[in-house]
Amino acid sequence: MRRPVILVVAAALALSACSSAGPSSTSPATSPATPGSAAAQGALTVFAASSLKEAFTAIGKAFEAANPGVSVTFNFGPSSTLATQIGAGAPADVFASASGKTMDTVAAAGLAPSRSNFATNSLEIATPPASSVAISSLADLAKPGVKVAVCQQAVPCGAGAQTLFTKNSVQIKPVTEEVDVKSVLAKVELGEVDAGIVYVTDVQAAGAKVVGVVIPADHNVTNKYPIAAIKGSANAATAQAFVAFVLSPAGQAALASAGFAAP
Amino acid sequence: MNKRGRSRSTPPWPVAIPAIIALAFLVLPVLGLLIRAPWGRLIELLTSRTSLDALRLSLVTALSATVISIAIGLPLAWLLARAEFPGRRFARALVTVPLVLPPVVGGIALLLAFGRRGMVGQYLDSCCGITLPFSTPGVVVAETFVAMPFLIITVEGALRGLDTRLEDAAATLGASKWAVFRRVTLPLIGPSLIAGGVLTFARALGEFGATITFAGNLPGVTQTLPLAVYMGLEGDPDQAIALSLVLLLVSIAVLVGLRDRWLRTGVAS
Repeated sequence: MRRPVILVVAAALALSACSSAGPSSTSPATSPATPGSAAAQGALTVFAASSLKEAFTAIGKAFEAANPGVSVTFNFGPSSTLATQIGAGAPADVFASASGKTMDTVAAAGLAPSRSNFATNSLEIATPPASSVAISSLADLAKPGVKVAVCQQAVPCGAGAQTLFTKNSVQIKPVTEEVDVKSVLAKVELGEVDAGIVYVTDVQAAGAKVVGVVIPADHNVTNKYPIAAIKGSANAATAQAFVAFVLSPAGQAALASAGFAAP
Repeated sequence: MNKRGRSRSTPPWPVAIPAIIALAFLVLPVLGLLIRAPWGRLIELLTSRTSLDALRLSLVTALSATVISIAIGLPLAWLLARAEFPGRRFARALVTVPLVLPPVVGGIALLLAFGRRGMVGQYLDSCCGITLPFSTPGVVVAETFVAMPFLIITVEGALRGLDTRLEDAAATLGASKWAVFRRVTLPLIGPSLIAGGVLTFARALGEFGATITFAGNLPGVTQTLPLAVYMGLEGDPDQAIALSLVLLLVSIAVLVGLRDRWLRTGVAS
């Protein structure tokens, strides 16, 4: 009689493990959305591109300090994922994206009636410190045996990397297409790849953990970051105030110190 | 006696209300998937390059993970069930760690151990030029790490529940330990070994967190079905749903297959 019991337990574990695989791995992108949803007074949920993590965390603190009683919750993730989630009814009050294209999908659903560009960012090569592979230009990434990580195509940093390679006529075969720019950075920091295509701001945020290789401006790709208050937000006034704060001198200063360029 | 026993153990009727809510909660998402499925474009979606690559890769890696799990997990289950050695209870607890560990954490742990600069990985790289991350073998490693405990636990349970008199009889008739294992023990635990193998395969097939963390995501090389589903959701949601149906079908097949197995082992023991 013991065998069937053990099998049932094993199967139960199997099912619980299978079901936990999805949520646990996607939770960084989805979980903060729930607690901050609009019912509570003064709670604001901001969906923002991964590359904005450092700058927006600082802006959120400053906004809370300037508006007592307001609490800002961030959901950082790949812009394309965030756009999909907002389209599917995720309770976002504000969306800050890393590309016009991802904002277009939200606007096409009628959820972002007005938008403003608030920053620009360009790409940079990140390499692990003390790497045995010498990388000084994009051309070095095309050499055989050099492991390169990029973002997946749907994410702005992935689309940007593709444009970058085409613009400079280099044939680069990445070893992995990561979910978002911070995942690319993590693979570089761990030394699992020889180089990753990330944003200038990510290299700055990583400090000594990566070594940046600057791409000259005329060879580089720049993308504009749009922000919009989401239509139907239960906290529309606060959402508008947050957008205005990002565009204000205080918000722009925080973005500049994170390495973003003016829009 | 049966009848009276059954009526006495029937729960009071109000229990049915939360029970129905629980059942609906579990069934509705699957129903949603089935209703929203792009049935008309299904063949086209499933035969696209991305889908076929992901299907092939998932089958190859999940089967490899199952074979490896049997090859090294069965001996471990045998030792855990039968050999007396210090730290056996501790070893058994260690085996279950990957079961309860969030798969992403497993992926990070694998990177720190077998990554290019990992504890073991750096020597693999310097001595033999083997790097596991971002390779198909890396996917197999991630899947084996997460799935092998299912095989070990299932088989170990079967071994411990076995009537040892049969093995003793074979031994007294002059069979060597190896012969007893091969001719008596193995056939007796056969059904459990198959059940454990099927569970291992199903878990490996569904593996997401450890795979994307340790092996990355590249179509045709490391992008298995669950990864293709996740990535597809942003590009072509219909494709993601079509691939989800494949995984759902496999899950149902596993459940149906195992139900027969349970019935048979239940009768046998």
